[in-house]
Amino acid sequence: MAINSEFVGKTYPDTPEFDVGRETIRDFANAIGDTNPAYHNVDAARELGHPDLIAPPTFPFVLTMKAMARAMFDPDLGMDYARVVHGEQHFDYERPIHAGDRLVVSATIAEIRSSGRNEYLTTRSELKTGAGELVCTTHEVIVSRGTAEGAS
Amino acid sequence: MTARISASEVSIGQVLPALDVPIQRMNLIMYAGASGDFNPIHWNERIATAVGLPNVIAHGMLTMAQAIRVVTDWVADPAAVRAYQVRFSKPVVVADDDTGALLHLAGEITGLAPDGLATVALTASVVTPGDNAVEVLHNAVAKVQLAI
Repeated sequence: MAINSEFVGKTYPDTPEFDVGRETIRDFANAIGDTNPAYHNVDAARELGHPDLIAPPTFPFVLTMKAMARAMFDPDLGMDYARVVHGEQHFDYERPIHAGDRLVVSATIAEIRSSGRNEYLTTRSELKTGAGELVCTTHEVIVSRGTAEGAS
Repeated sequence: MTARISASEVSIGQVLPALDVPIQRMNLIMYAGASGDFNPIHWNERIATAVGLPNVIAHGMLTMAQAIRVVTDWVADPAAVRAYQVRFSKPVVVADDDTGALLHLAGEITGLAPDGLATVALTASVVTPGDNAVEVLHNAVAKVQLAI
């Protein structure tokens, strides 16, 4: 089944505030096996000039995904989660995320296109503080394998 | 926040220290838990093969997280990374054995602006059972602010 292209341009409202705690960051860093002290040791992070532990560069996607999930699990969009793989990921950082941040994310469906048997969904997300400070912009391409019109 | 490495110490074409990272099923479970990405293709062989994948595959974001370590291990302060992008060109297939997959990660400085913003081209490859290295990321590029 093809993805509903009428969703292009649709913006999903801000996610609830996500509390970035020290253990959130440590758990994520442990999961990727990264021992950089800035992710684990508050004194080391402060020595680098940060207010607290900072999150690894790919951590923002944890929040982006929460915003995207609203689209991907929207039955009217027509995506089959098991057919979905990640195609591209881009991050532009205004500053690192640090422990103590409370962040919201808005996501917009920027493009839906098909190529061969696959369909490609591009979303753009902004991570901001509750006060509206932009922290990170992401854009991602999600591939829906074998769902293009005419693909069996 | 900038790197402790100064732009005057680096040159275009400079190769950063490479990194080899093993990925096993356990790492996929840990990443699923920490990231909230519970897509079954990353942990359920039955579902992965039913949708046409050769086996369980690693989260693309796990590979992306490993590749940037080439930069962050080198500059020490991860906040020096100002932008980072990748295209996921091939899946990292993680067999249910004692090896899983071995990611080989490398990076090279391909640009250096007068303000100390360096461009680093990253590569990530896995060795397949036929002993061929397969590139799993394409167009993997980080912008890194060096001290000036």
